[in-house]
Amino acid sequence: MTHRAANPWLVASALIVICVLMLGFFAPWIAPYPLGGVEASRILEAPSASHWLGTDGLGRDLLTRVLYGARVSMTVGVGTALIALVLGTGYGLVAGFKGGYWDHWMMRTVDVFYGLPDMLIFILLSLVLGRNIGGLLIALGLVTWVRFARIARGQVLQAKEFVFVESAVALGVSRARILLRHILPNIVAPILVTLTFSIPSAILAESTLSFIGIGINDPYSAWGTSWGTLAQDGYRAMRSYPHVIAFPAGAIFVTILAFNILGNALRDALDVKAT
Amino acid sequence: MRAGLHSAQPMIALLLKRFFHGVIVLWVVATLTFVLLRLAPGGPFDSERKLPPEVLANLEAKYHLDEPMLQQYGRYLGGIVRGDLGPSYKYLDRGVTQIIRETLPTSALLGVLALLFTIAAAFPIGLFAAYYRGLLIDRGCVFVATLGISLPNFILGAFLIWLVALELGWLQAGRWDDWSSVILPTVTLGAAPAAYLSALLRSTLIETFGEDFIRTARAKGLRELAVVVKHALAHSLIPVLTVMGPLAATLLTGSFVVEYVFAIPGMGRFFITAVTDRDYPLIMGVSLVYTAILVLANFIVDALYGYVDPRIRAQ
Repeated sequence: MTHRAANPWLVASALIVICVLMLGFFAPWIAPYPLGGVEASRILEAPSASHWLGTDGLGRDLLTRVLYGARVSMTVGVGTALIALVLGTGYGLVAGFKGGYWDHWMMRTVDVFYGLPDMLIFILLSLVLGRNIGGLLIALGLVTWVRFARIARGQVLQAKEFVFVESAVALGVSRARILLRHILPNIVAPILVTLTFSIPSAILAESTLSFIGIGINDPYSAWGTSWGTLAQDGYRAMRSYPHVIAFPAGAIFVTILAFNILGNALRDALDVKAT
Repeated sequence: MRAGLHSAQPMIALLLKRFFHGVIVLWVVATLTFVLLRLAPGGPFDSERKLPPEVLANLEAKYHLDEPMLQQYGRYLGGIVRGDLGPSYKYLDRGVTQIIRETLPTSALLGVLALLFTIAAAFPIGLFAAYYRGLLIDRGCVFVATLGISLPNFILGAFLIWLVALELGWLQAGRWDDWSSVILPTVTLGAAPAAYLSALLRSTLIETFGEDFIRTARAKGLRELAVVVKHALAHSLIPVLTVMGPLAATLLTGSFVVEYVFAIPGMGRFFITAVTDRDYPLIMGVSLVYTAILVLANFIVDALYGYVDPRIRAQ
């Protein structure tokens, strides 16, 4: 096989994703103003040299708020994906590997979960778990895991048919070892693609809920304010001060777009069937 | 399509199975909302000023909150079966059933319009892109679809209000009475599903155009339009149908965001207020109605599925 040149879309989107991750991670060091710093005399200013993205209705620097917002989005996106990955893949592996009666009832349960309107379940769960980052992560993870369960289970069923798995069984290799050494490595690609796509879904869900005012409600969090909440703040004064909504909205859009393009490019590169 | 007596029976069996599945989903949601909202911290009558214990006791007695959990659960399920979703904690003059009856038509109209928009936009775009595969027009369509999938509807809605209603003054926003106030919410709600559906149609059609029966149809000298519509498009309807269920879910959950952004007096807006007010019976009622709509949509899709694909009917 000849070595193909890297897909420019993959490179560009990966760069943007890494960039947003870094900006979020290093926000406390690179933000020009302290989080929560208020300048009462400089309210709703347009972008300028001292405030690159302008200021909001309380005179807070918008660049600082957007940078800290990246932490919230990235934590929610990556955290949700990881929780769902562990829960769903484990469940799917067991269902697919055990097969028969177990598989049937485990996947029936997944079907019921799959039929539920996830945004609703998510809102109900966040009411119970509290409207903070931790509660939101668990709520989103509990909604997203079924995707991984389905993919993992389908892949295991395919992988079980491979000759090397059959020979491992014939050689008397233990079940756990077969699962971890022979089956797991063969199902990594589709799981990775699902992982990439579940990050923007989580970011979208979180920012949407924050925008309509039922998402994260933790105004004094040192972690930062959600981009969705920032966009909501700007939405009220959209006509006169469009910059206040434009920058957080743009940040949400570009981040989700980059993850979606990355997912598509990964799917093509790893030759995974669309799911 | 021919559908003899022999092929109807497995279809009915399948639909019956689906029906029971739907009932189970509804029961799960009813139970889940009941349990979750009983677990939620803070009660509906928590306010800034603490209520005197006598008042609180009276309120709890009025809404049967002093009964044992199991009895409350039984009362709730019994009410659902009779079509009574209980009283609202917030709107004292109306029950949950009445609120839903008043607001559901608005949400349903918005949903149906958005679904029509989705189909009307996705089919031409997907078809053009697939037909001119690899050309500039195709790449343009794919790019627009990717943008559409990634654009959250609250951002699109805010942008359309700002550009079309405020800056250009072409259409109305923030009202729900005549055609000019309906267009922007419909486009906002339908955009992401349309982008998703057109991308799916494109990839299915590209596969279909490579099939032998398309070549045969062309070799027979069939007109190109007939080849595209009667052979390629008809063959691609099945994958489209399979995503109609998830698409209905997207439209449903999208609707409460769009209703919020455009201030449309639909069920979704009441749901959001109910969440902030902790109006538990209203939250439970609307959740249940949403789920019922979703179950119904999936049921219709299953029925259509059997109609479009003779192989399923024959199974």
